[in-house]
Amino acid sequence: MSEISRQDIFTRVYEGIRELNVRIPADVRQALTAAYAAETGLGKKVLERILENIELAQQKQRPVCQDTGMLLAMITVGTGVILTGAEKESSGAAQRHFIGDIIEEATEAAYRDGFFRKSVVSDPLKQRTNSDTNLPPVLHYELVPGDGLEIALMAKGFGSENCSAIHMLKPTAGKQEVVETVVETVRRAGGSPCPPTVLGIGIGGTMEKAALLSKRALLRDLSDSHPDPWYAELETEILAAVNNLGIGPGGLGGGTTSLAVKVETYPTHIAGLPVAITVNCWADRKLILCWPPEMPGTTGAEGTAGPAESGRTE
Amino acid sequence: MNRPQQVNLDWPATEAEIRALEAGDEVFLSGTIYSARDQAHKRMIELLRSGKPLPFKIEGSCIYYMGPTPTPPEETIGSCGPTTASRMDRFTPQLLDAGLAGIIGKGNRSNPVQAAIRRHGAVYFYAYGGCGALYADRIVAMKTVAFPDLGPEAVRELQVKDFPVIVAIDSRGRSIFEQ
Repeated sequence: MSEISRQDIFTRVYEGIRELNVRIPADVRQALTAAYAAETGLGKKVLERILENIELAQQKQRPVCQDTGMLLAMITVGTGVILTGAEKESSGAAQRHFIGDIIEEATEAAYRDGFFRKSVVSDPLKQRTNSDTNLPPVLHYELVPGDGLEIALMAKGFGSENCSAIHMLKPTAGKQEVVETVVETVRRAGGSPCPPTVLGIGIGGTMEKAALLSKRALLRDLSDSHPDPWYAELETEILAAVNNLGIGPGGLGGGTTSLAVKVETYPTHIAGLPVAITVNCWADRKLILCWPPEMPGTTGAEGTAGPAESGRTE
Repeated sequence: MNRPQQVNLDWPATEAEIRALEAGDEVFLSGTIYSARDQAHKRMIELLRSGKPLPFKIEGSCIYYMGPTPTPPEETIGSCGPTTASRMDRFTPQLLDAGLAGIIGKGNRSNPVQAAIRRHGAVYFYAYGGCGALYADRIVAMKTVAFPDLGPEAVRELQVKDFPVIVAIDSRGRSIFEQ
């Protein structure tokens, strides 16, 4: 058993979201800086502006991009976790609030106080009226044995999300076809998703499982590689292939179309091979919060979410 | 002449100034432009269809595909980088027919848009995608002129100063996206 206070969750998620939109993570900045050194021509010019923008955003506490995204939270909660208190001292009635309710309150407050753009419509087709709160976020829960809690946050921009795709390949497709499928998706996207992008790729499971894996893959540090050497090589191969397209930063040409490719896998059915690709823009806004704070990778968000680990969690 | 070149350009620009731009040129725009994105385009096309006037004089104007973050106290505008241009492809030829002369956005355009740009001697500028914090310093005044109910998607009149863009499709239809 472990007790975690609602107020602590609220505070850290709130502060996390505020930071998410004004500060680009160190691994992403590092990758962009390396790309800048390698590029020439218009591609280099684009990276120069991007790095200038990142500095300015942090210095002036302005959103890096006007698309401050739809908030995405991947929550992994241990069965031994007990929530205590209310998320805000003022809200005594919130004793029954679960983690998703706290994240919603933190999202609304952070988007309001941070002057972030409210980009969510309450109904996707019928009316498309802006909810004016950036609510609701998209929440994914996983229940796992243990006493830890992990909340992974992303502010997902839709210029890149619109370029994401899922493909149900034939079970006999093989590695080359997977590489070609990803390359084709990136080729079609061209300059639209604000390259250099980060690609999260989910392979296996069912259709929605592959999609979730592709999101989870985006939480990994850009400098790491898959723990399985075969998949590490696949990541390298896909990265080389997409960078060979020449789309480059901003789509203006160059050798850096993507900064990194991260693959996550899951067992699948004999009849299929789902491949999901989440495209993220260079403004790769991600943050992992853990309780207890120093507990690393409660769930494999650190890049070790192989089939066995993900398997026991659902 | 050395290409690509750096150009300071006031908007509205003359036809000759627009025709002198070549794909790849780096341009610093100053003057008046209008923001409009998805829903505002949909409404403007409806206005054109029913023969009603548009919220601003479209002849010779420049549209920036952008929806800013809310303006913090003591600032002119929030973060305000470009959005993906291809979503507006279905509306753009009609606006060019109506006199639109300049467009600012990110990403490639469809063949019909490229053809319409060539036909009308217009220009499509690439703005640096995701650089919302940077562009906030290059907009010196903002005024909502139509569709305030659309929030970030409302049409705004913007005064820009040294607003950095790159000529992506020039008046002859040449594109930096085809290399």
